Amino acid sequence: MISEILLYACGMLLLAGAAFGLLAALGMLRLPDLYSRMHAASKAGIVGAGLIFVGIAVVCQDGAVILRAMIGILFLVLTTPVSAHLLARAAYLAGHRPSELTVLNEMEDNTHIGP
Amino acid sequence: MTGARFLDLATGGALVLLTLALVLTIVRIARGPSLPDRVLGLDLLTTLATGFIGVFAVRTGFTLYVDIAIALCLVAFLTTVALARYIVMREGKAPAPDKERKGRAQ
Repeated sequence: MISEILLYACGMLLLAGAAFGLLAALGMLRLPDLYSRMHAASKAGIVGAGLIFVGIAVVCQDGAVILRAMIGILFLVLTTPVSAHLLARAAYLAGHRPSELTVLNEMEDNTHIGP
Repeated sequence: MTGARFLDLATGGALVLLTLALVLTIVRIARGPSLPDRVLGLDLLTTLATGFIGVFAVRTGFTLYVDIAIALCLVAFLTTVALARYIVMREGKAPAPDKERKGRAQ
């Protein structure tokens, strides 16, 4: 009975994760400039892959696999913000500016920042 | 519907959704107006591939695939960091003067 419920839960988690991945890709395609695309790609991307890892942990009732799934989630949560920040900073330093629709650019006056 | 049948259908649906997501990301990489857009697209592509491998692990029952997914996360992070450094080194030394920047300099 319990394992049956766990199978249903895993299926729902996998579908939700895949839907978040699709949302991330849709945002990547539709949003106007690099910085807002980064917004969609990093956040929704983490949630998508993270939910899929949770689904794996739910369906495999094995300590080693659960630990690996948790390590995967931890790794995603640690690295994706760092890489998105590095990429945004590199793009800004390289002279790519946000689109005209952006309302607030706090980096505008920081001309002293160097690579 | 039994749980195993539902899981089979759910993994199939998840694989379809992730395939659509991968195709949309590839469209952005091909179209992307600048280099950082393409790098971001590659980053999302590897994250989606991680999810794809995870769903595949559940579908086939080989939990060894989870290790591959974690390794792919590591590679994606290192790739993005290296390409960000490359973008700074290539374009950061002589930034292209925008309209905005010209306006402030005058």
